[in-house]
Amino acid sequence: MTHPILTVLPAAPGGGLPAGAAEVLGAASEIGTPVAVVVGPADALAGLAEQAASLGATTVHTATADGDQLGVPAADAAAAAVALVQPDAVLVPATIEGRDVAGRLAARLRAPLAADIVGVSRDDEGVVVRHSVYGGAYDVDSAATFGPLVATVRLGAIDARAEAATPDVHEFAVEASGRRAAVVEGFEPAPQTSSRPDLRSAKKVVSGGRGLGSKEQFALVEQLADALGAAVGASRAAVDAGYAEQSLQVGQTGTSVSPELYLAVGISGAIQHRAGMQTAKTIIAIDKDASAPIFEVADLGVVGDLFTIVPQLISALEARKG
Amino acid sequence: MKIVVLMKPVPDTWGPRVLSLETGLADRAASETVLDEIGERALEAALRHAESASDVEVVVLTMAPEAAQSTLRKGLAMGAASAVHVADERLAGADLGRTAEVLAAALRRGGFDLVIAGDASTDGVGGVLVPWLAELLDVPAITRLESLEITADAVRGTRATDGGSMVAQAALPAIVSITEALPDPRFPALRGIMNAKKKPVEQLTLDDLEVEADETASPRSIMTAVAERPPRAAGEIITDEGDAGERIAAFLADRRLA
Ligand SMILES: Cc1cc2nc3c(=O)[nH]c(=O)nc-3n(C[C@H](O)[C@H](O)[C@H](O)COP(=O)(O)OP(=O)(O)OC[C@H]3O[C@@H](n4cnc5c(N)ncnc54)[C@H](O)[C@@H]3O)c2cc1C
Repeated sequence: MTHPILTVLPAAPGGGLPAGAAEVLGAASEIGTPVAVVVGPADALAGLAEQAASLGATTVHTATADGDQLGVPAADAAAAAVALVQPDAVLVPATIEGRDVAGRLAARLRAPLAADIVGVSRDDEGVVVRHSVYGGAYDVDSAATFGPLVATVRLGAIDARAEAATPDVHEFAVEASGRRAAVVEGFEPAPQTSSRPDLRSAKKVVSGGRGLGSKEQFALVEQLADALGAAVGASRAAVDAGYAEQSLQVGQTGTSVSPELYLAVGISGAIQHRAGMQTAKTIIAIDKDASAPIFEVADLGVVGDLFTIVPQLISALEARKG
Repeated sequence: MKIVVLMKPVPDTWGPRVLSLETGLADRAASETVLDEIGERALEAALRHAESASDVEVVVLTMAPEAAQSTLRKGLAMGAASAVHVADERLAGADLGRTAEVLAAALRRGGFDLVIAGDASTDGVGGVLVPWLAELLDVPAITRLESLEITADAVRGTRATDGGSMVAQAALPAIVSITEALPDPRFPALRGIMNAKKKPVEQLTLDDLEVEADETASPRSIMTAVAERPPRAAGEIITDEGDAGERIAAFLADRRLA
């Protein structure tokens, strides 16, 4: 196998492959041969392995991680898979569980780690990864001085997809490392809110801020998002005020998004908010304050009252749909 | 009980943050250096526990250039009993692995029952340091806690994870990270600021720590290129004259976005 690239896919806490699985396999296919290690409950492994193959994993190594130990079993399996596959690089989706596994894996392998990468390539000396730094103000490339690089891949950042592969699945037994782990006592899935796209990988995002004024009125943002087939996002002030879930926060300390369209409603555009959205292709902003800094990055800025503009926009979109 | 809070001095997110195009490192002169807010929240969580239980000592630990020491005073003014500052010119540009080795060595040297950190820094945004330290120190880890309950021998809480929330528990000694869902940090009171001047700050160099002397003996992550993106230009700004909703719809249709 030329240039094996190991993707690490721990089953999501609620089941299924982790978010970003297609993306890391796509990235792997750009720099070598995609291989996957899938870790999860015994009865789910066959299905997960098949999915990984359909997303491009030419070989899938599966390992069982039943039980209630947090983080350590997935790291044990990933470390064993690295020994087996001898990859040029290890790519892990930058999900929450993925970041935990990556940190542990890098420590075990004594390998360097590139965090939150947005692109991969190859030069004469090996794998090079790209980071988007300071809210998209800089592009930085990094590489390992020698040996394999472990990288966490920002969700939604990779467009490449690998061709589906014929499943070639190998189950392997992992010797437990015996590292001390926290114990999981329970998991509560987040309530599924309709069929809206995932914020992190959506092509369009409609975000609402403190200007919405209440949780009830925040529904306006959701209606506009639905009219556009967009994901819903929020500013930190809107999250703090309880209008939206923390997982919807866009910005410096929330999610960084780079969609085709970002529509900001009642968001002033503080520097920390812009850090998470200013690389969007097209930005539209609606705010009643003409001096709001969001207008500095908007392709179309509309000064006015969101409570009249947004309903009119929704009707206009519905009318155009016919 | 000894709680060590990891705090990172970072370029202030309120101002422009600049990377040197020559070295790829932060241009420290271009920004003010402040404690990362998420670390202040971690300290707040530790202080609240210290105030509600007896015999809890809260120590702040950082690895940062010497000049950043003044920022640590804020942690002391908030209420930490002392600070440990690892400062060494040989650590300029340290990658995540080197940073984890140094912090693990400092934690081993000083001892701890619980380490609390933020889930990710605003300049690195990696979110991998806590699991990394857990491995190096062989202690259990719980990342991204949204609530935190500390008892004499365990830490427990709800963590925000992929697709839902999870309750987890770890026996001490342990390491955890917290999210912005935890309470805002307090502002240091005047008395706290005065007291902070008398509190001990232990300064350590690599020679005080048991870490690999030759940094290049292990593989490292290095920057190979840095480029600045052109800033975004502002577009068209219109004022609503009763038809702004229609005009946005037309703009979207023009660009095939609706
Ligand atoms: C370390 C750190 C990290 C941070 N991380 C983030 C982050 O990840 N994401 C983030 O968003 N913020 C972040 N912040 C917070 C940030 O500084 C701002 O406080 C926040 O983004 C403000 O949110 P907002 O724009 O919704 O609220 P405001 O700044 O209050 O803006 C509300 C806007 O709504 C407008 N408005 C009100 N009523 C109407 C109306 N009827 N019609 C039209 N417009 C109206 C107002 O004119 C105003 O411009 C961070 C801050 C710090 C210090």
